[in-house]
Amino acid sequence: MTAGTAELAGPRRDPGARLIRQVRGQAPAIVVFVSVLVVWEVGVGALALQSFILPRPSAIATAFVAEWQTLQLAARNTLYEALGGLVIGVTAGVLTAFAVSRWARVREAVLPIAIGASAVPIIAAAPIMSNWFGILNPFAKMAIVILLVYFPMLINVARGLSQVEPSALELMQASAASEGQVLRKVRIPNALPYFFTGLKVCTTLSLIGAVVAEYFGGSSDVLGRVIVQSSSRLRFDITWAAIAITAISGIVMYVVALVVERAVIPWHASQRAAES
Amino acid sequence: MSAGGQQSPGPVVQVAGVNKVFETAGGGRTNALENIDLAIGADEFVSLIGPSGCGKSTLLRLIGDLTSPTSGTVTVNGKPARQARLDRDYGIVFQAPVLFDWRTVQANVALPLEVKGTPGTERDQRVRSMLELVELKDFARHYPYQLSGGMQQRVSIARALALEPSILLMDEPFGALDEMTRERLNAEVQRIWQETGTTIVFVTHSIPEAVFLSSRVVVMSPRPGRIVRIIDVDLPRPRTDDTRETARYFELITEVRETLRGRRVATSDGAAVASAERTMAEGAVG
Repeated sequence: MTAGTAELAGPRRDPGARLIRQVRGQAPAIVVFVSVLVVWEVGVGALALQSFILPRPSAIATAFVAEWQTLQLAARNTLYEALGGLVIGVTAGVLTAFAVSRWARVREAVLPIAIGASAVPIIAAAPIMSNWFGILNPFAKMAIVILLVYFPMLINVARGLSQVEPSALELMQASAASEGQVLRKVRIPNALPYFFTGLKVCTTLSLIGAVVAEYFGGSSDVLGRVIVQSSSRLRFDITWAAIAITAISGIVMYVVALVVERAVIPWHASQRAAES
Repeated sequence: MSAGGQQSPGPVVQVAGVNKVFETAGGGRTNALENIDLAIGADEFVSLIGPSGCGKSTLLRLIGDLTSPTSGTVTVNGKPARQARLDRDYGIVFQAPVLFDWRTVQANVALPLEVKGTPGTERDQRVRSMLELVELKDFARHYPYQLSGGMQQRVSIARALALEPSILLMDEPFGALDEMTRERLNAEVQRIWQETGTTIVFVTHSIPEAVFLSSRVVVMSPRPGRIVRIIDVDLPRPRTDDTRETARYFELITEVRETLRGRRVATSDGAAVASAERTMAEGAVG
């Protein structure tokens, strides 16, 4: 550490203090969340709501524990579809983005279609994927996830690779940098924040895609089927428990993406704002 | 300290009969530069000054081969500008510092050295001495966002000098800074110029800045962009804060200002003078 560091807000601080500060920062959200649960629990009793309309949080928690075997198996299978689709779709989207930002011809051909396709409710294609790949094949669900995450990833990363400050490119030009050097030293770092913006959206999308695709049939040991079947038996406590585990899975995926983002691009303005 | 082996007998920069025409969106044509002839010798400090649209930045970019002339030639160190760029003969500083957020100060300065493929130890030494030159060695490990605007611009100067270029091109480098910072950095640029022996071509909107720094001030007028007059600045070096209070300094400022207003220009083209004057009235020159 140099003498000058003390005068300025340095990026490195005591990690323990930072954790405490972060938890304290989340306190309002925690208070609201707990309050909602309490009002819910008390309100259901006070209004004498039937459990098939709205089960109490305590009933959902009980179902969660009682059905843990079913739920955790279903969650594992669904996460497999979601993560598999996410990895394949993100990889494909990033690779296409490189091609699109490198060759103007490819960009003109692909980008309008990608932007159009990202507005299509792709989830509606789930029965077709089941037809193509077999209703019991997890890849039929992955295919939906791939289609869902591919276009946002492509558009975001292509934007990050091509929307570089013109003067930054001139600077590289003035240093007689090769195209490969411009890519490695300017375009890719510039695209990283865009990549993570896309990735965070896509973690959530992947889970939605997998669960909703499951509604259309297939193996019964998945969250989508647990939700559909429990609700048809009016066991809404199990339905809510399945939704809860889906939500937790989604949040965990999102937080993992967030943590990786923080580690990879601590220099980015969004991260600095998050820190202070 | 200047780039060795390039002290050719001729001028460092030779602009001959250069025209630059831009096609505008409506299908029209703008003469950004018309009939430009300019020779810049080794160790000179030349400022290009003029109202917006006079083509001073375009001229700088032509010298740096960031754009090419419609006709005419630009020769740098006795070779075409393009070859000079590929030989990394010059460094460039823009109005914005253009530092990369993801790189620390030292990594930003190291960038041109990395691009050239300078080996690690030599690179580190070079970065250290550049940061010493701009008096920022205590901030080597900081990120750009932790620095003030003036400090960021000093980093960008250090980066531009990292490859020991024979020419430093500066495009309104202090235009976005406050007056105090600007004056301090002017003194610093003068010192760097004297220490490194680099030829500097400096685009500015500021008359005092041009007079304080330059050995010659090239006054330009817009539509079409032309050189109106080149004024020699004979103030003794090193120039200090006291220089800013001398009678000769004020005389030169007045001379540049009046040339910009077109008062002393003996020209048959009344329209060009009138347009220069109008632009001045709009306050384009600060």
